[in-house]
Amino acid sequence: MTLEVNGQMTEKERKENLTLPSEPSQEKGLSHQIAVKADGDESGVDVWAKDKVFEVKDVTVSYANKAAVKDVTMDIYKNEVTAMIGPSGCGKSTLLRCLNRMNDLVPSARVDGEIFYHGQDLYGPTVDPVQVRKMIGMVFQKPNPFPKSIYDNIAFGPRVLGMDNIDERVEKALKGAALWDEVKDRLKDNAYGMSGGQQQRLCIARTMAVEPEVILMDEPCSALDPISTGKIEDLMAELKEQFSIVIVTHNMQQAARVSDKTAFLIVELDATENNRWGQLVEYDETEKVFTNPADQRTEDYVTGKVG
Amino acid sequence: MASGTPGTERNRLATAGARAATVTSLERQPRGDIWMGNIFFAILLFALTIALVGLAAIILQAAINGAPAFGWNLITNGPSTLNPEEAGFRPAIIGTIYLILGVIVLVVPLGIGAAVYLEEYADGTRWWNRTVELNVQNLAGVPSIIYGILGLAFIVRGPLDLGFILVAGSLTLALLVLPTVILASREAIRAVPPSIREGSLALGATEWQTIRRQVLPASIPGIVTGVILAISRAIGETAPLLLVGAATFVTFNPTFTGDNGYSALPVLIFNYATRPQDEFRVLASAGVILMLIVLLLMNSFAVWLRNRYEQQW
Repeated sequence: MTLEVNGQMTEKERKENLTLPSEPSQEKGLSHQIAVKADGDESGVDVWAKDKVFEVKDVTVSYANKAAVKDVTMDIYKNEVTAMIGPSGCGKSTLLRCLNRMNDLVPSARVDGEIFYHGQDLYGPTVDPVQVRKMIGMVFQKPNPFPKSIYDNIAFGPRVLGMDNIDERVEKALKGAALWDEVKDRLKDNAYGMSGGQQQRLCIARTMAVEPEVILMDEPCSALDPISTGKIEDLMAELKEQFSIVIVTHNMQQAARVSDKTAFLIVELDATENNRWGQLVEYDETEKVFTNPADQRTEDYVTGKVG
Repeated sequence: MASGTPGTERNRLATAGARAATVTSLERQPRGDIWMGNIFFAILLFALTIALVGLAAIILQAAINGAPAFGWNLITNGPSTLNPEEAGFRPAIIGTIYLILGVIVLVVPLGIGAAVYLEEYADGTRWWNRTVELNVQNLAGVPSIIYGILGLAFIVRGPLDLGFILVAGSLTLALLVLPTVILASREAIRAVPPSIREGSLALGATEWQTIRRQVLPASIPGIVTGVILAISRAIGETAPLLLVGAATFVTFNPTFTGDNGYSALPVLIFNYATRPQDEFRVLASAGVILMLIVLLLMNSFAVWLRNRYEQQW
């Protein structure tokens, strides 16, 4: 497929999209994204701006004045799964943690550049990180349920945020995370009695219960077996209807399976080989990154030649 | 890596060499360090035996000597110089209970508060926080008589000027065991994994909500254990109490603020033990057993509590 063919298809698709806006199928989703580019090129105005959740602009994150990731610029879109892949130490987790200001908890961390969340500067002087984390939830690498009952694990978030109808919210969140049928008879049991995969789905349910707009996932399946991983991947496909998801993963197949867009980062070394930092190499539709990457380094990585 | 091939070759040779060296020596070899190991083991066993035998001897002797005095009189009667057969520890027991209640009321909020500040809020890179940390650790090792003098100068007289009342004793004992409670609480708080804090904060909870509803509940077993061990120490302290006004011979029940004297178990035991008559020596031994029983009960409670609520992460 050449670019021109793509462009023509796009024009056609866009007309269809305009006439039938209520039926965005998966296949159309791909062309839809190309439409964004084509449209942006033609008129210079990005008409899809309202669909962006994050705009990351020239972001450099450093710990104790050593850059962990440098000059990242990328947009993250609504109701999509965006994957970040790359070798260890490329700063993908660091970057993810900037999106809900979890890096604030590391005293030596510094974020330069700008991150906009729906056009609002995430690191603006009047922004409260607690409010940010309310809107942008996070699921961690290792399942980290609270040492409480299953019910209390889910109810904790809504309670501290002063929400009402806790019972309903707990049930809805557990159903949303496809966990309700497994645990509905033992809601009062300690969450540590669950399997690892259940614990991780509990953590996802816990995040959903406070109704964020975005869910960040930091290698959510790396501690799980393939069956649990499959369940969580199925869940992600459902969740993106409701939430926008950004996932960091070591597992390239996983990125290929679940994500709409993929960012590939690498570790860059300076001439002395003493300093290393992460750099964004390529960011595009997942299919393109895995089948027809623009950068040789991406191709080497996704085909398994390096890494 | 450019030097990959030679490195691999060297590794292969090293592995082969090491394997050859181990395969040949499976039989027992005459070696000096086996002897050293046995001697070391014997020394360790000896040290343990001395400690246990010493402890058992003290308890046994106190039990045998004090046996004639055991009975309800020991708990229900006050001290008496005229008929030691009837004398007991009642005012001292009540005094000790009041003293310890006061210590708990003072030490729990102060100790936990200080520990939460040092663990969760203090910036460990600042010199003043490091100074505080170092001094808390040092204070835990300061001799108790120093606290007695401090209590006398600042609580009984000086700035607070409370006089020789029971509350002054509680305050002094609280100061004495506060560092222990702070250190134990800090350990308990530190044992809560960071992932729990992160999980809570990522839901939009504030730092205070996270501490109040996740960190503190999870560290309660450790904190309670620390508090009980600290109180066990406070119960046995005699020297600071003598300085801040615990009288050795009080025949009436004490009150918190009454200024006509109060007593405590170890103080009365000390008094009985120094009297020439044999009957009082018997009473002192019985008092020692009484205190040991109280201490054992409290320590068992601490152990039970820790096992009951201990969280496996």
